[in-house]
Amino acid sequence: MSSARYSTQSRIKFFLLTFLAGIMMVPALISGQPAAAQEDPPASDFESSLRISGIMQSVGEPVEGIGVTVSAPGFSDYTTSGPDGRWSISVPGRATYEVILDLETLPEGVNLREGASDVLTVDEGEWFSSSITRNFGFEQVELQTASFLDQFLQRLVAGIILGSLLALASVGLSLIFGTTGISNFAHGEAVTFGGIIAWVTGSLFGLPFPVVLVIAIVVGALSGFVQNQILWQPLRRRGMKLVQLMIVSIGFSLVLRYVYLFFIDGQVKLYDGGLGGVFEFGPVRFTQGSLATFVISVGILIAFGLFLNRTRLGRATRAVSDNSSLAEASGIDTEKVVQVVWILGSSLAAISGVMLALYRQVSWLMGFEILLLLFAAVVLGGLGSAYGALIGSFIIGIIVEFSALVLPADLKYASALVILILMLVVRPQGLLGTKERVG
Amino acid sequence: MDFGLILVNALGELISPTTAAFALAAIGLSVHFGYTGLLNFGQAGYMLVGAYGFALPSLAGWPIWSAFLITIVMSLLLSVVLGLPTLRLRADYLAIVTISSAEILRFVVSSTSLTDFTGGQQGLNGFNRAFAAINPIPEGDYGIGLLSYNAYDTWVRLVAWGLVALAAFTVFMLMKSPWGRTLKGIREDEDAARSLGKNVFVFKMQALVFGGLLGSLAGVMFILPRSLQPGNYATTLTFFVWAILLLGGAATIWGPIVGSMVFWVSLSLTQGLLFGAIEAGYADFMTISQAAQIRFILVGLVVMLLVIFRPQGFFGNKKELSFGV
Repeated sequence: MSSARYSTQSRIKFFLLTFLAGIMMVPALISGQPAAAQEDPPASDFESSLRISGIMQSVGEPVEGIGVTVSAPGFSDYTTSGPDGRWSISVPGRATYEVILDLETLPEGVNLREGASDVLTVDEGEWFSSSITRNFGFEQVELQTASFLDQFLQRLVAGIILGSLLALASVGLSLIFGTTGISNFAHGEAVTFGGIIAWVTGSLFGLPFPVVLVIAIVVGALSGFVQNQILWQPLRRRGMKLVQLMIVSIGFSLVLRYVYLFFIDGQVKLYDGGLGGVFEFGPVRFTQGSLATFVISVGILIAFGLFLNRTRLGRATRAVSDNSSLAEASGIDTEKVVQVVWILGSSLAAISGVMLALYRQVSWLMGFEILLLLFAAVVLGGLGSAYGALIGSFIIGIIVEFSALVLPADLKYASALVILILMLVVRPQGLLGTKERVG
Repeated sequence: MDFGLILVNALGELISPTTAAFALAAIGLSVHFGYTGLLNFGQAGYMLVGAYGFALPSLAGWPIWSAFLITIVMSLLLSVVLGLPTLRLRADYLAIVTISSAEILRFVVSSTSLTDFTGGQQGLNGFNRAFAAINPIPEGDYGIGLLSYNAYDTWVRLVAWGLVALAAFTVFMLMKSPWGRTLKGIREDEDAARSLGKNVFVFKMQALVFGGLLGSLAGVMFILPRSLQPGNYATTLTFFVWAILLLGGAATIWGPIVGSMVFWVSLSLTQGLLFGAIEAGYADFMTISQAAQIRFILVGLVVMLLVIFRPQGFFGNKKELSFGV
């Protein structure tokens, strides 16, 4: 009944467009030498344009002066990381190399993460493009050198950046909950998807950052569209209960996570988008990448806010999220709105994944690791409210970073989850939620 | 490829203590979800509490009964902490709170700042001496052919499956009682139960405590044949228990037990066949570790397909299983 109003023609047109966009990207993904990488001049005095490079980064901060050796039978070269933490060594051919960390040069307070190796290998079969990145997993040991105020400011900035990342993903999570009632446990995997896109297009094929971002937006949107078409919409039509849908989303998240692991293996990967430069404002240091993360996130969130408030479709979305039956009764095509929400939600999550890749690193677990923070943000703000999710995200981001001032760093995330539980005791409907939602 | 060995390994899973531990955890989850309709996504948390509650006192040299007592008390405390804020709220809040709590517990026990106490990321070892010391079975091998076990392994299997039998019998009797019928009533229609004067909150809390207790004992059985690794208690563990429960059938006595057997035997079979295929060169496109990952993809798919096409599992009654919020 409602789908009749939503013309089949426009649906097919939209599908074709997204499909075409996807098809056009396939060659870019599988061809070994994308156009942008060819223009890249050889970065050293060596004749060869092949290089192995990486970034020495500890807790998102570049570390200068760490030595690294790249060696193969008959070849060896040594370099140290620059002020932006980056290092690069030109190599003579597409062969197998060992990348060895010079442990002597690690500055005080920077250690290899538990279980992380100081020798990484580059395989002969990995040379799809002219450069390969290898990164070591570092962790920061508590260093109480900075004054409390400096640390406070540094944490505040980090918290706001983390908050803006979370906000991108949690707004979609909250709207999907609001319009369909699903607690979508596979939303973290939509974030990981964005991160993997960033790594594949940016690090492997060397595409410039704006292109990477656009690809992530489009492919993310496409994934949301396809997901809704082949999975969620048919299940809704079958009249499946919400708990069933939730368990399906949990199974789906498990499937996606291990599919990612299958294809990109368990090693942490870095993507810096060519934005590794460091700014300093008094005590606060951050990379271009962090700044870009913040500016782009806030820009997109403002645009999304305008969409929700100023456009017909946006207002319809909020109406459906608020009260689906009432919206349907007043002539809103809820199926169409749900479709739009899946597309936008997945797209925003993919952007969040790109930003998370810039801000931290890429791994098969990156989205799942922040999934519970997203839920915390959404519950804190009020399930189903987009603005609530926004506020909740910034609060959670800041709490997580501040908790590192008093708690051991590996308990950062736990603090946010404690807040989530406390919030449910005190005000289960969240900051902006309405009481009857709790039921 | 040695099909005989693959088959024997798979058969061994039928009676392995791990299978028993998961059956026990799934019986607990069946009390929560199957009979009462509680969405507990933190069974890994209960298992973790059971494991550390048993291992820490044992390592400190306390008598074995005190280790079990501490496990039980810790499990009870966890239920109260989880239940108080959420049992009055809509069902999915319990899901979010339980999954979060299980993760908080895992973060805390694996925190490097607690390494001296909990062993941090390395976990704990050697806690089963007290349990081995009360083994009444004389030294020697027991079993048939390739499926034979030494005295300790036999002892662990006996205790684990004994507990499963006891738990299944208790649940069977409880669910026939007025108390069990009230739980099912709450699952079907909370308001109707309330209007008949039942204190829904108290009943739900009792179910949470009982099911959680079974989960914690499962945690103890799970670590007896191995070392305690905090990494094992991630949310994937909870999803395994859910897969087992949904496979067998949620509100049934035999469902969790048969579900666990089928689950572990099929995991062992697929692993054996995939690894064998790689060694024999039939599957060059993947490595051994990738083959292990395929099993997780299959578990996820099985959970999805079961919930969509056969939510009642092998034994369940479709009418009885309510997924309503």
